[in-house]
Amino acid sequence: MATSVRDEFGSQLAKLANEDSRVVALDGDLGNSTRLATVEKETDDSFLQMGIAEQNMLGVAAGLSTVGFQPWVCSFATFLTKRAYDQIVVSVAQTHADVKMVGAYSGLLTSNTGKTHHSLDDLGMLSMVPNMTVIVTGDANETATAMKAMHEYEGPVYLRLTRDETIENFTDEAEFEIGKGRVLQEGNDMLIISTGSMTSRVIEAIDGIENLSIYHVHMPTIKPLDKELLLQAASHVDVVVTVEEHYIRGGLGSIVSEVLAEHDPKKVYRVGVEDEYSGCGTNEELLDAHGLSPEKVREKILAYGKRE
Amino acid sequence: MNQTILSLKELQKMAVEVRKKILFTAHYHKQGHVGGSLSCADILTTLFFTQLAIDPDNPDWEDRDRFVLSKGHTALGLYVVYALRGYFPEEELKTFDQYNSRLQAHPDMTRLDALDMSTGSLGQGISAAVGMAIGAKWLERNFHVYTLIGDGESQEGQVWEALNTASKYDLDNLIVTLDNNGLQQFGWKHGASRGVPETEAGAKFKSFGFDVFEVDGHDLTSLVDVYEEARLMKNNRPKAIVANTVKGRGVSFMENDHNWHSKAPNDEEYERALRELEKGVE
Repeated sequence: MATSVRDEFGSQLAKLANEDSRVVALDGDLGNSTRLATVEKETDDSFLQMGIAEQNMLGVAAGLSTVGFQPWVCSFATFLTKRAYDQIVVSVAQTHADVKMVGAYSGLLTSNTGKTHHSLDDLGMLSMVPNMTVIVTGDANETATAMKAMHEYEGPVYLRLTRDETIENFTDEAEFEIGKGRVLQEGNDMLIISTGSMTSRVIEAIDGIENLSIYHVHMPTIKPLDKELLLQAASHVDVVVTVEEHYIRGGLGSIVSEVLAEHDPKKVYRVGVEDEYSGCGTNEELLDAHGLSPEKVREKILAYGKRE
Repeated sequence: MNQTILSLKELQKMAVEVRKKILFTAHYHKQGHVGGSLSCADILTTLFFTQLAIDPDNPDWEDRDRFVLSKGHTALGLYVVYALRGYFPEEELKTFDQYNSRLQAHPDMTRLDALDMSTGSLGQGISAAVGMAIGAKWLERNFHVYTLIGDGESQEGQVWEALNTASKYDLDNLIVTLDNNGLQQFGWKHGASRGVPETEAGAKFKSFGFDVFEVDGHDLTSLVDVYEEARLMKNNRPKAIVANTVKGRGVSFMENDHNWHSKAPNDEEYERALRELEKGVE
């Protein structure tokens, strides 16, 4: 059964805040959408409304961290990262502040909102920042375990969450290790590396493919990337495919390409959003338009497999 | 707390010493934002020698007052005050703005314990100060949070986001000082000179829910009085000190000239500036 990533996020953060008084939630006036509202509802005093002012919100978080708090800042991914990028770089990351930044409503799947609300560059932007850890969870279970790991880790982390509520849990581990990928399937023709909301779609896309032996890795930590697993898995195959709900430049596809170019050059196909603006639409329309529906991903995988 | 309350005369002497060391440091490697450091020299001297509950021997003391230099480009002035206050040897000022120095051109808290925040990108420090003040309230601690912003800096929208939040959270433990020196790096053309960055600061602060104090930012007696009053007011309203200052204050040929925003004196200018400052003491 599908479970909601955002519901899990809200409940888990409320739980962390009730267990640890240092944990405080900062909202950019979207708490009822992102489910940060759960913290307001289920804790006595661990919720701070910061209004529609992302730059200040990140600065306040940095200041709170210097006096002993662990602020969790949440807004839509595109506003959190792009409107406050310099604040993230200077006030949060350079100081190695123990600030957790949660980009909700990421990628294309933002509930019929269109270009202004899509975040397709956040993984690239945040991965570029020194001291930063970047996590993209694939399902609700992984969101909860990743948040526990983030809570224990001291330092700035960006967590990208999906608004998509159709994803079935495919992870069941109790522990999340920052910087480690998950092998979902082994094979020796093609390596597929996917992240976030696309992993469950890749699982669906490759289901039943028999004439292509596929190695599938889910990569929930974009930075630091699990290079060891990537290189080990890539050593079995001739062709690598990355799949992400992000521009093909700057994100998972770029980072995987960089690592392979340096250590084990081979053909890499990047599946993601091309260099273009998106429109508004249902999740299915958007995924189809940008070649990210399970059907379109399957077509691409089969085509890339044939070329070799 | 290492208490160093000074008499007015001692404070005046200290302010001159701060200015001389600012010029010495800027002249040493020919680096530094001199104009703005001189404009806030009296403010910093007053704060660090009469107001802040701090302990240079224990910079991480949990209950210390916090200070955030939001106008981070005038780190030169802050480092001089730190040195004279005893955070590090004055000799270290010679490393200012050098690659491996703790005294980076713009404040870096990861290198220097005395700093409560890294700054240098304008508008950001005041938000961090607001965060510290919210934290103090939540932790039920009595420390105050002081931040110094520039009048040019107040063109950043983030400053006003921060002020808005400060009054939303009733931060009477936050004291924002505006170094209102009337010039910015370049600014708007105004006849033969440059325009004033901010003319309505007091009214704006007030409209954002602040208690506002206007003061001559070079009158040490008034500065002490105003800071004492602001610190003791427990009325759930944040405090703004509009300190009217002169960019380049204390050196005749630097005063009110935007060209001295980030220019270091040559040998001749340095000697002349020192002579002026020493003459002023007598």
